[in-house]
Amino acid sequence: MNIHEYQAKQILEKYGVPIPKGKMIEKAEDAKDAAREIGGNIWVVKAQIHAGGRGKGGGVKLARSLDEVEKYASEIIGMNLITHQTGPAGKLVKKAYIEGGIDIKKELYLGMVLDRAKELPVMMASTEGGVEIEKVAAETPEKIIKVEIDPLTGFQGYHARELAFGLNLSKEQIKEFGKFAKALYNVYTLNDASLVEINPLVLTADDKFIALDAKMGFDDNSLFRHKDISEMRDFDEEDPAEIEAGNYGLSYVKLDGEVGCMVNGAGLAMSTMDIIKLEGGEPANFLDVGGKASASTVAKGFEIILKDPNVKAILVNIFGGIVRCDRIANGILEATETTRVEVPIVVRLDGTNAKEAIEIIGDSNLSNIISATDLGDAARKVVKAAKGV
Amino acid sequence: MSILVNKSSRVIVQGFTGKEGTFHAEQCIAYGTNVVGGVTPGKGGQTHLEKPVFNTVKEAVKATEADTSLILVPPAFAADAVMEAAASGIKVIVCITEGIPTRDVIIAKKFANKQGTTLVGPNCPGIISADEAKVGIMPGFVFKKGTVGLISKSGTLTYEMANQVVLAGLGISTAIGIGGDPIIGSTIIDLLKLFEKDQETEAIVIIGEIGGDMEIQAAEYIKGNITKPVVAFIAGRTAPKGKRMGHAGAIIAGSKGTAQEKMDALAEAGVTVVDSPAEVGVKVREVLNKN
Repeated sequence: MNIHEYQAKQILEKYGVPIPKGKMIEKAEDAKDAAREIGGNIWVVKAQIHAGGRGKGGGVKLARSLDEVEKYASEIIGMNLITHQTGPAGKLVKKAYIEGGIDIKKELYLGMVLDRAKELPVMMASTEGGVEIEKVAAETPEKIIKVEIDPLTGFQGYHARELAFGLNLSKEQIKEFGKFAKALYNVYTLNDASLVEINPLVLTADDKFIALDAKMGFDDNSLFRHKDISEMRDFDEEDPAEIEAGNYGLSYVKLDGEVGCMVNGAGLAMSTMDIIKLEGGEPANFLDVGGKASASTVAKGFEIILKDPNVKAILVNIFGGIVRCDRIANGILEATETTRVEVPIVVRLDGTNAKEAIEIIGDSNLSNIISATDLGDAARKVVKAAKGV
Repeated sequence: MSILVNKSSRVIVQGFTGKEGTFHAEQCIAYGTNVVGGVTPGKGGQTHLEKPVFNTVKEAVKATEADTSLILVPPAFAADAVMEAAASGIKVIVCITEGIPTRDVIIAKKFANKQGTTLVGPNCPGIISADEAKVGIMPGFVFKKGTVGLISKSGTLTYEMANQVVLAGLGISTAIGIGGDPIIGSTIIDLLKLFEKDQETEAIVIIGEIGGDMEIQAAEYIKGNITKPVVAFIAGRTAPKGKRMGHAGAIIAGSKGTAQEKMDALAEAGVTVVDSPAEVGVKVREVLNKN
């Protein structure tokens, strides 16, 4: 789960990480009050969406008067912001964050993330602040300093020193940096974050470190023990169909093709998408109905798939283990009665009670249901059906 | 022969009396697995499925000489269960539970390693050595006895692939679902080592997927260490970047962890990489016929 910058900064503040004074607003008319409360004579108005690259897309503006703060806030709130991470459709901005201006001496990078290969969290720092870290990693990997942190020992002084010396900080700065990095580690660990990124980490004119931007993601599996973070979830940032599917225990990802698919198991679902492509079609979605697929989950699955007007045919691919195929077959028949399914459905059922299931489908005499014997056969048939041949 | 579990494995089930625990323990017993008891804190002294129930793993091990544990407890308690088993002298732990926080898995895995325990999972279907023992939740009838070892990140895709292997006239020695989480106990390399040594196994199938670089590490290892033929399939060539595909670990981060880079690395290591998920069984037969 990801959160907004203003939420990430609330968390940072709670853990003693210095942040600029700021306030989130949802209406442009609140902008001046917010700016007055923050004080100073220079402010930054920032669009709050989950995607990066907001500045380049026109979602971050520097204001030099209260009138400008209001002007930029009214431009930003309600704008459709397109960045390299939003996709071409862009993202509607509903919130802005107003922040006091900072006197910047140097921009650095500091982040923490899980290194899957090392099976440990790593903290990374770089002198190349304000640039995407993936870009730095690709072009000048030597400019990234990494320390692995064993959760059994926690964050130690040497971790901070390795990073600080790598950043060429002065003696006074090193002490300040150490406090900042330790607080960032606490934010990451104590909240089960999957990513904490401060980019840029600013060294101010008076030699203080401050988090100018903040990005955070959390381990979905741990949200049950972080109620405060779960409450930060912004449903506007997610696909409504994916949210609905999740509410029914289904895992759904919308894609751009014309062949809908409904499968039990994530690996088999991905493979089904892959084979549709190999046979010359394009998958319309990823849909895993889970290990406990039932008639009602199958019905819900059809409903979600059919909300996508691009879908020309559907492939149901179930390998029954604990799940019995005959129950799924009955579920399909029930679902086609309750949900009007007008596109062809290719059904491939294998595993537990597959024989009975195939008979049920065969006896149904439904003109738009096509039976398939194996994965290859099913993929060929559904691609043909989607093309209308 | 087989790897990790066999006829003489003495298995306990943690979460024995729960709904999932009861259902799957029954299935394992029906398959012929030597289930010697189970653990449910607070229910020690009872009998369940005609087997003794213990309060702690330590008691269970003392009374039954159990060496293998199947864990079917809810995510909030699963890492604790893994560490309890490792602390009590269990040699092979199979953790089925999906949804354990990554931080907990990291710590549990470190502890299991320190105790010299093999951890398989979490978020996996478990291990089956055909006709010997099923320590997991897979449908046993699919896995006919044979000489092909199977290592897979997925559940139903494992059943699909095992079924293809059987339809191709072959069979399975041991199949292991290693799990779809970002951090898992046994890696592909850990299991390749065991299959290489196992006299019964003649060929190895790897079923990988997008996310992480475990398959690429495996490719490096295969080059210098594996003499048996290896066939691989990687799921998720059509998966979009940055989207989690069902499994917590199945996500392409930036441009890393794509199916294509894994397929390329495996092919370069001499592995027979199969494009179509429908042709894995046939390819394994071809590879074995050639040898």
